[in-house]
Amino acid sequence: MLDYLLTEEQIMVRDLARKVAREKALPKRAEWDETGEFPWEALKAFSDADLCGLYIPEELGGFGQSVFNFCLATEEISRVCGGVGVTFAASALGSTPILLFGTDEQKKKYMPPIAKGTKLAAFGLTEANAGSDAAGIETVAKKDGDYFIINGTKQWITNGGEAETYTVIAMTDKSKGPRGATAFIVEKGTPGFTFGKKENKMGIRCSATRELVFQDCKVHKSQVLGREGMGFIVAMKTLDLTRPGIGAQAVGIAQGALDEAIKYARERVQFGKPISSLQAIQHMLADMATSVEAARALVYATARMIDAGHKDYTLPASEAKLFASDTAMKVTIDAIQVLGGYGYMKEYPVEKMARDAKITQIYEGTNQIQRNQIGLALIKESAQKK
Amino acid sequence: MDIIVCIKQVPDTTEVKINPETNTLIREGVPSIINPFDENAVEAALVLKEKHGGKVTVITMGPPQAAEALKATIAMGADEMVLVSDRAFAGSDTWATSYTLSQAIKKLGNFDLILCGKQAIDGDTAQVGPGIAEWLGIPQVTFAVKLEADPANKKVKVERMLEEINEIVEAPFPCVVTAVKQMNIPRLPSLKGMMRAKKAEVKILSAQDIEADPKNLGLNGSPTSVVRIFTPPPRGGGEVLTGEAGEIVGKLIGKIKDRKII
Repeated sequence: MLDYLLTEEQIMVRDLARKVAREKALPKRAEWDETGEFPWEALKAFSDADLCGLYIPEELGGFGQSVFNFCLATEEISRVCGGVGVTFAASALGSTPILLFGTDEQKKKYMPPIAKGTKLAAFGLTEANAGSDAAGIETVAKKDGDYFIINGTKQWITNGGEAETYTVIAMTDKSKGPRGATAFIVEKGTPGFTFGKKENKMGIRCSATRELVFQDCKVHKSQVLGREGMGFIVAMKTLDLTRPGIGAQAVGIAQGALDEAIKYARERVQFGKPISSLQAIQHMLADMATSVEAARALVYATARMIDAGHKDYTLPASEAKLFASDTAMKVTIDAIQVLGGYGYMKEYPVEKMARDAKITQIYEGTNQIQRNQIGLALIKESAQKK
Repeated sequence: MDIIVCIKQVPDTTEVKINPETNTLIREGVPSIINPFDENAVEAALVLKEKHGGKVTVITMGPPQAAEALKATIAMGADEMVLVSDRAFAGSDTWATSYTLSQAIKKLGNFDLILCGKQAIDGDTAQVGPGIAEWLGIPQVTFAVKLEADPANKKVKVERMLEEINEIVEAPFPCVVTAVKQMNIPRLPSLKGMMRAKKAEVKILSAQDIEADPKNLGLNGSPTSVVRIFTPPPRGGGEVLTGEAGEIVGKLIGKIKDRKII
C-alpha cells in the first residue's frame, strides 16, 4: 500500500475505526443486510470510541474538525459494511450545515450530542420531483409572524426517523427561484413533522431511508440556518464539503471487496494450484488494487486540501466522488468474478459489497452531475486564465 | 473506591506457534496483547469506578515494553499505571512474581480491592492472584463472574463460577478478586483515552523501590522450575457395555477383576 505519511494521530483514528468496525459490525453485517435492522449497536460503539465528532471542533465536543480523519474512519467502517458506513457519514452530512452556517447558539445547542454520537443528524434536500434538479423543490415554508409553517415531503432521507436533528431545505419564496430557498433546523418530535415507512433498498440495507413529512409544521425563526434565501448556498457548500466522505465510503467498500478477492484467490484451488497463481486472476487483482489506490489517493489529497484551508475545492471533491464510486462499482463486480459462483452467493460478502457500492454512484449528486460540475469547473478555470 | 488491577502482557496465542523440538512457545515476532482475563478485570474495575467513583491503578511486572499493555488500559479508561521492572525479576515463577507484585502494591498504599484475571493464557497457572492475597494476608475470591461492591459497608459480593455450581460469597475490603471471561465484555479503547495514554506517564518501580528482599526475587527466588512442558495425551474413549442388566453387571465385574482392582 502507498505510504500516505499519516501522523501518529491519523494512524490512531484509522486503527481504532478499523478495530471497532471489525469487532462490532463485521459479525452482524450479513444479518443487518438481511433484516434491515438499524445498526444502533455499531453506532453506540463508535460513540464510545469518540469517533463521531472527527469533523467537529473541540469546543463543540468534537475531535478537531478534520475532513481527513473523518474520511479515514468512514473508509475503515465502509470497508466492513457500506450500510453502517453511510449511517455514520450521513450524520456528518446532516450536521455540516449547522457547522458551516449555524449561529454560536445553534452550534452549542445541536453539535455536542452529535459530536458525542448520542444523537444522529440527517439532511433533507431530495424530493420526489427534485433530485438532480434541486431547484424543483416543492416543500414550502410560509412565514407567519416569528414562525415558519413548513408543508411538503422530503424523500429518501438517510437516517430519517432515527436522527434527532434534521437540516431541511424549503422554499420561502418560490418567485425568487433558487434564491427563494431557506435551510431550517427541525427537531424530531416537532408537531407536524412525521416519517414515512423505511424504504426497502438494493444495498446499504441496514441504513434507514425514509420520507420526512411536514404538515403545517411550525418552526421558530431562530431555527433558520444562515439567512432566508440562502438555502441553496447552504446545500451546495455542505455537499462540496461532504463529497470526499462519499469518496471515502466508496474506497472502503472497494478495499473490502479487494481484500475478499485476494483472500479467496489464495485459498481456492483449481487445476491443482491456488487460482492466485493464475495470471488471469493476478491481472484482475492488479487492476482492482491499482484503481483502489488511485481512488484513495484522490480522496486523501482532496481531504487534505480542504483541511489546509483551501476555499475552492468543488472540482477535486467531485473528481474524488466520481472516481472512487465508479471504482467501487467496478472492483466489487470484479471481486464477484474472482470468487466465481461463490461470489454470487450470499454466504460470501462480495455480492453485498456490489449492492452497497451502486448507491455511491447515485447519491449526493449522481456521477453524471459530478461530470457536469467537473466540466463546468474546467471551463471556468480555463476562462479565468485568459 | 480505589482499585488496583494486576495485568500481564502475553503473546497473542492466536498467532503463536510451538517449537516442535523444545515444546515451548516461539515468542519471536509474535505480537503481544493484554492477557484476555486481565482485560475482564480492567473492565470490572472501570464499571465499579463509574458506579462508585474512585481511582483505577493498573500494575504489571515485566520488561520495559510491557508499558504498552499498561497504556492500552489507560486508553480504556484506567487512571494510573505502574510498571514493576528490574533485571532482578527475570525468571520469576508464580511465587516470586506474586511476592514482587505484593511488595509493589504495599508501596502504592491504600486500596480497597485488587482485581486480577483468573489466569494468564501463556502459563495458565492461576496462582499469581491468590499468591498476592497470601503475601498481603488478605482474603481472596477467585473465578468471579459477578462482582458488586458496597463501599459504605466496605465489602464485596462475588458470584464465583465453579465447575458444577455458582457460589455467592462476601468478602471485606481489602481483598483480591480474580475474573473469568464470562464476567463481562471488555470495552474497546476510545480516541480520547488513546490520546491520554500517549501522554500519560508510566510510573516505574525497581526492586529497590519496592524494598524487596533479594532472596525472594527472580530465578534464584523461585522455588519451582519448569522441567518439561507437554500436552497430556487425551483420555481414551471408554468402553460401552451392552446387553441385559445382569449380563452387563457380570461383564463389568469381570473387567474390574481383570485389572485386579478387586
